[in-house]
Amino acid sequence: MKKAKKWPEAWHEVNVGAMVFEPCSAREYHTGSWRARRPVWDNTRCIRCGLCYIYCPEGCVSQNALGYFEADLNYCKGCGICAHECWPTAIAMVEEA
Amino acid sequence: MAKRVGMEVAIAVAEAVGMCNVDVAAVYPITPQSHIAEHLSDIVADGRTDTEYVTVESEHSAISVVIGASGTGARTYTATSSQGLMLMHEILPIVSAMRLPICMAVANRAVSGPLNILNDHSDIMPQRDAGWIVMFTENGQEAIDLSIQSFKIAEDPEVMLPVAVNIDGFQLTHMVEPVEFPDQKAVSRFIPARKPYAMLHPDTPVTMGAFAMSDIYHEMMMVKDEVLKNSKKTILKVWDEWAKTFGRRYKPVETYRADDAEVLLVTMGSMGETAEVAIDELRKKKVSVGLVKIRLWRPFPFDEFRHVVRKAKLLIVTDRAVSFGGPGGPVHAEIKAALYHDKHRPAVHDYIIGLGGRDVRVSDFVTMVERAIKDRRKSAVKDYEFYGVRE
Ligand code: SF4
Ligand code: SF4
Repeated sequence: MKKAKKWPEAWHEVNVGAMVFEPCSAREYHTGSWRARRPVWDNTRCIRCGLCYIYCPEGCVSQNALGYFEADLNYCKGCGICAHECWPTAIAMVEEA
Repeated sequence: MAKRVGMEVAIAVAEAVGMCNVDVAAVYPITPQSHIAEHLSDIVADGRTDTEYVTVESEHSAISVVIGASGTGARTYTATSSQGLMLMHEILPIVSAMRLPICMAVANRAVSGPLNILNDHSDIMPQRDAGWIVMFTENGQEAIDLSIQSFKIAEDPEVMLPVAVNIDGFQLTHMVEPVEFPDQKAVSRFIPARKPYAMLHPDTPVTMGAFAMSDIYHEMMMVKDEVLKNSKKTILKVWDEWAKTFGRRYKPVETYRADDAEVLLVTMGSMGETAEVAIDELRKKKVSVGLVKIRLWRPFPFDEFRHVVRKAKLLIVTDRAVSFGGPGGPVHAEIKAALYHDKHRPAVHDYIIGLGGRDVRVSDFVTMVERAIKDRRKSAVKDYEFYGVRE
């Protein structure tokens, strides 16, 4: 089995064909750093319909033990789709500090 | 020694590929490549080779199918021409970036428009920078030999790059020529089963062709350049082994009566043989002229080229394609770039010839040489000109 290397590498260390041998290693790529605005949930308005979970293109919204939803900010790109789709307007997009 | 047979070159290429234990082939027919597609599918249908022949709806699909198949570790083959190659264009750099050893024949044909089905090199030249190994053949025997060799070169662990073998459309593909086929056992020994570097398989998860942004893309392009340059070593090794096994020697740059020549004519592809006859005629008239034939277009054999032209005073380059609004033909541009640093560089005159199948005869090569020599005496060497254009 080929060993996955640390990334990014020097040009001569790039894996042949830039193949990735470690499953799920895209998790190490924290796309949350792209975010300019973050979604903030107001659970008093949330009816727990799960649309934010379904629509998030990043797949970073998950349901917590109480049945409410939250984003993993390591990956949330701040696109605002969840806020746009949430018809009870429970999600606000707030500027990152 | 193997028996010589008379055979159409496209059919012979399909026969040669049929000897190479190809796992998956996807070939979409297009003139003048169609006989390769048809005859290879006959060979598969007759059970003469254990190849999965995937019928596809376009060349874009053909190259995409062989990418997927090659990713699973299969030996793969495709072939195309002109518009088909242009349709593949989007995919070609992906093949080389993914290091997939796909082999392809290009039956060179002029690109539209206007629509034209005859031979020149305007289809392969726009693919120059796709990161493929690109070779040219001059006759049917070379088309057979290079088609077989291409699998060994492409699949070598030091290379793992796609190879395009160029066979001039009609001028070569549709000629019936005397050819000999190497023995099947010897071919099987020469190209044993592919040992893939990695395979798409559920037991060994791997991501091929992943997204890469500015933080790594730049490095990857350098890899592509280095690997392609480096492939020349393997190409030379394979040609050497071919010579020892089958007796025919191939070189990145070949010459004909060139050693003592002051003037060198440069060709690439099937016109080399016509040019040789012209060289003989000119030699009879005491013109100090020889011929240089470029076989390997990518990686470009800079050292070998410089070596064969080192004593020449005038190079007469012929191009079968145009870099419109640029330096004339692409071969001409390459050669000038190759010689820029040399102190004693020869004068270089570029003739654009034989576009869209325009015939180039022995007498044309004689005229080209005589005229370029005269121009040089008058210090009127032109950068490039469309030879034989009606005025
Ligand atoms: S879409 Fe809005 S209301 Fe529905 S679960 Fe998400 S936050 Fe709650
Ligand atoms: S802002 Fe976009 S990425 Fe972030 S949780 Fe909402 S939908 Fe997902």
